Amino acid sequence: MKTLFAKLRLYLPLIKGLQTGLLIATGLAGYMSARCPIFNMGTIAGLFASLFLSISGSTVLNMWYDRDIDAKMGRTKKRPLSSGMVSDGEALRLGLTLSLLGVGLAVAMDALYGLIIFAGLFFDVVVYTIWLKRKTCWSIVWGGISGGMPILAGRVLGVGGFDWIGVVLSFGILFWIPTHILTFSMKYYNDYKAAGVPTFPSTYSFEFTRTVIAVSSVIASLAMGIAGWGIGMTVGYLRILIVLSAGLLTLAIATLMRPSEQVNFGLFKYASVYMLSSMVLIMV
Amino acid sequence: MKISTLDRILLLITGLLAVYQIAFVIDDFSALPLITYTIAFGVLLVAGLLIIILGFEVLDSPVVVMVSTIIPLTLSLGLVWQYLASFRVPYQVFVIIGFLAIVITRSFPMPSKLPTIVLAFVHGVAGMTIFLLPIILSMQGQANPLFSLVGIGGALIGVGGLLLSFLKVGKPILSRETILKVLPGLLLLMTLCFVIGFKYG
Repeated sequence: MKTLFAKLRLYLPLIKGLQTGLLIATGLAGYMSARCPIFNMGTIAGLFASLFLSISGSTVLNMWYDRDIDAKMGRTKKRPLSSGMVSDGEALRLGLTLSLLGVGLAVAMDALYGLIIFAGLFFDVVVYTIWLKRKTCWSIVWGGISGGMPILAGRVLGVGGFDWIGVVLSFGILFWIPTHILTFSMKYYNDYKAAGVPTFPSTYSFEFTRTVIAVSSVIASLAMGIAGWGIGMTVGYLRILIVLSAGLLTLAIATLMRPSEQVNFGLFKYASVYMLSSMVLIMV
Repeated sequence: MKISTLDRILLLITGLLAVYQIAFVIDDFSALPLITYTIAFGVLLVAGLLIIILGFEVLDSPVVVMVSTIIPLTLSLGLVWQYLASFRVPYQVFVIIGFLAIVITRSFPMPSKLPTIVLAFVHGVAGMTIFLLPIILSMQGQANPLFSLVGIGGALIGVGGLLLSFLKVGKPILSRETILKVLPGLLLLMTLCFVIGFKYG
């Protein structure tokens, strides 16, 4: 039993709990946005489990593939894989097992839902991490697309097919991700440079990166607002969404006008709070 | 001064109360008060979140003086619009000119006392409006007695706003440590007064 807990403690950092939790929240929000008599504990549990397994699996596979660059970056060199606490083979087996279980469960629940979950995993691991991450800073677009898959999948499961709201919701996530990732790539500019990973700040400039963040924040806010309206969110909740979006835009503009480490970090953190709050508003 | 867990909890509750106020309490109000109260409590919500995320250091930003003016100005405009119909236009003009005056005197070099005079005047008028109007209306029986809590909230926001503003302009009324120590509790109490006052008033 002790060995099992020790293993779990080692595996926990491999699944990036906060990031995985946020993506699961988007999937649940996408499902609950359907607003039909859908509150079925079995489906909710299956949705949660399939999202948790597949997102965790893809995260472990990403870490397995990126273990060499993680070892070069101060921020990540103590991760279990790069520090040698978990072996390469063990991590690969874990990542594949979680992914297979997650996608398998998703397909068993609904074929189209499973296909979208698989697409998210494929874009994230194969297209983003293995193919493009070390070649171009634009790889984050594919990272963004895969990030938008859980909410689309949840919505598809809830309404039984594709609709414009699901697409707009996934656009909201796609354009929110640059706000999150690019602020991060500015904060850890030297780390990424040392590891040879191309980022927007290193390929273009900090100013261009800030402009991209501001533009993507505007589009993300608009997408969430339009989706909220489409879902039939109450006017009161829409007002909250507008207020939170205004905060996001103000911070994005502040990074352009008065760039500083503090504003950049504030935007990075606020973007997560914004997304989580938006998901809660969609769910209720 | 480092922000404590208790401070974060108090600010989180303040934020949730602001959410409740925006989403439910002001839902039936007419257009302009709805907008002004949404701005006031929206600024409070976002400012609270930023303090939770970045700590009290965020208050060192030069925009704090301007932001801390938005809340009393928009709140007082909403109250005047709802309860003093004959003053709607003049007060709206005062709010616009007052806010612009603060932005201008904070953004460009000015004679030493002018920015402080402008700040004290605009805050003073807005603060007194929020403080006195609900209390007078309650005493005259034109509003529920609980509406006077909005006035109490106004007094608290006036105190908080003045403490912060004078701290920012380098003429602190209390020490920075004392202000930061009481600020989260003050914000929570103030928001609670507003929520109860507007809901039952």
